[in-house]
Amino acid sequence: MASLEINNISKRFGKVVALSRIDFHVEDGEFCVLLGPSGCGKSTLLEIIAGLIRQDQGTVFIDDRSVTNLSPRERDVAMVFQNYALYPHMTVAQNLGFGLRMRGVPKEMIGKRIMETARLLGITELLDRRPKELSGGQRQRVAMGRALVRRPNVFLLDEPLSNLDARLRVNVRLELKKLHKQIQTTTLYVTHDQVEAMTLGDKVIVMREGKVHQIDRPEIIYNKPADTFVATFIGSPMINLFKGIMTEQKGRFIIKTQDFHLEYVHGDLRFGNGELEIGVRPEDITVVREAERGLRAKVEVVTDVGAEKYIHTRLGSTSLTARAAKEDSFQLGETISLVIRPSRLHIFHDGRRI
Amino acid sequence: MHYLLNSIIVAGTTTLVTISLGAFSGYALARLKKKWAHLILMGILACAMFPQIAIAGPIWRFLQIMGWLNTYHGLVLPYVALTLPLAIWILTLFFHEIPRELESASLVDGCTRFGTFIRVVLPLSTPGLFTASILCFIYAWNEFFLALLIMTDPARQTMPVGIALFQGEHTVPWGEIAAASFITTAPLVIMVLVFQRRIVTGLSAGAIKG
Repeated sequence: MASLEINNISKRFGKVVALSRIDFHVEDGEFCVLLGPSGCGKSTLLEIIAGLIRQDQGTVFIDDRSVTNLSPRERDVAMVFQNYALYPHMTVAQNLGFGLRMRGVPKEMIGKRIMETARLLGITELLDRRPKELSGGQRQRVAMGRALVRRPNVFLLDEPLSNLDARLRVNVRLELKKLHKQIQTTTLYVTHDQVEAMTLGDKVIVMREGKVHQIDRPEIIYNKPADTFVATFIGSPMINLFKGIMTEQKGRFIIKTQDFHLEYVHGDLRFGNGELEIGVRPEDITVVREAERGLRAKVEVVTDVGAEKYIHTRLGSTSLTARAAKEDSFQLGETISLVIRPSRLHIFHDGRRI
Repeated sequence: MHYLLNSIIVAGTTTLVTISLGAFSGYALARLKKKWAHLILMGILACAMFPQIAIAGPIWRFLQIMGWLNTYHGLVLPYVALTLPLAIWILTLFFHEIPRELESASLVDGCTRFGTFIRVVLPLSTPGLFTASILCFIYAWNEFFLALLIMTDPARQTMPVGIALFQGEHTVPWGEIAAASFITTAPLVIMVLVFQRRIVTGLSAGAIKG
C-alpha cells in the first residue's frame, strides 16, 4: 500500500510531445482513472510509473520516495497489460508465480499465495492450463491475478477490459470494483472508455495530447466539466454545444445565439460581447408538444437505445439532441418544442468553463 | 570411423557457437531502431554473398599464421562465420514476433533484462532456434571444400572429405562409398524427422498470428 505522486512529468519522442508537465496525486488505497482518447499519452505515463521508460523531466514518488532511479523490479508496482501479456510457455500457476519466483519468495509461500489469489478470482480449476487454452475473460483474470499475487505497492492497469466483448466487459467491470473494495490497493487505471472511468474511479483524470484537462470526482467531471474538451468527451450522446453571446435586458440575462434566445440564471457579463460556447446535455432538454413553450425544432433523427430515446433536432443552423422517454414517439420532420433547463447550462469562454 | 566423430564435433560446435552468437545479436537487432537494424541486416547479408572460393585463400593464410590448420577450432571458425548471417536473419525475424508487452510484463514482475531474455524471449523462440540450428548443422555437416582445404591430416578429416578420399588411384570402391554416404546422411535425416514438427512451426511461424 502506498500513495503515488506524479510531479511535473514530461516526455517527448523525437519531436512529438507525449506528456507535458503532468502533476497529480493518488491517495493510498484510491482508485484513480486516467481517461483520454487514444494517443493522449496515458499509456506512456503508466510505463513511466512502472519504470519501463524514463521521463525527460519530473519525478515519480511512491510513498513520498522518489523512484526515478529505481528499476521496475525495485519499484514494486504491478501492471496489467491491454493484451494481458501472459507468458505463453508457462501454465497459469507458473504465470502467477513468476513474479514471486523472481523475487526469491520461498516455494511453499508461492504455492500458498497462488492458491489464495486463484480462489479470490475463481480460477483455481485453470491453474494447470496454458494461456492459449483460456478464453478472453479467463486470460483477463489470470492477468489480474498475476498482478494481485505480488501484493504490490501500486496497481497499474492499462485498458484491461478493452479486449473483452461488451457483456463480459460490464461484468468484469463490476467485479473489478468489488475487488478493489476488498483489497484496497492504490490503483491507477488507464482507459479511453468514459463509462469505465465514471463507474470505477474514485477520481478521474481527463487527459488529451499529453496534458491534464481536469482532475475530479466522476460526478463533478460530468456535472461541471472544466472545459469544452472534457464536456464533449464525457457523456453519451455528446453534449450539445453552440456559440452565443450574453446580454442583459431589464435585469435578466439572455444568451443570444444565431437561431434562438435563452434565459440564464447566473449572469456573467465579464466577457462583454465576446463569444461564448454554451453546452447543454441531452437529458437537460425536455421535449414537449405545446407550441407556445420552448424552442421550436424539427426532428431529424431518432435513436432508440431501448431504455430511452434520443431526438436529434435542428433549429436553423444549430442541431440539438434531446432525451425523451421510451414511450414517446416522433415523426421525422415533425416540429416539436424543446425546453432547456436554464440552471443546467454550461458556459465556456475560450474553451474554459466560467 | 573417426570421420564421423570429427564431423559430429565440428558440426556440433559450429551450431552451438553460431546459435549463441546469433541469438544475442538477433535479439539486439530485433530491438534496435528499425532503420539501423535494417541497415545492419543488409550488411550481414552482403557478407554472406562472397563466393567461397574467393575467401578460401585468405582463410587458409590466416589459419596458417595462427597455426590452426588441422585443428577443430580452425575449421569451426570459418563455419561459424559462414553460418552466422543466416542464423542472425532467422532469429531476428523470430524475436521480432515476440510482443514487447511480454518483456515489459517480465520486467515489471521483477526480472532483469538478461533474465527476461533467458526466461521469456528464448523459450518462446524455440522453433526459431531449432530451425536455425538445423540449417547450421546441415551446412557444417555437408561442407566439403573448406574441410578439404583446412584438414589435410586424415585424423582430423570430416565425413564428406573422407568419402571423397575413399577412391584410390585406380579403383573406385563404390560399395564402401555408398555405405559411408548412407552413414553420413542417416543422422541428418533422423534429426530432421525428430524435430520436424518444431521446424515446421518454425518455418511457418509469423505467417499467422497466435
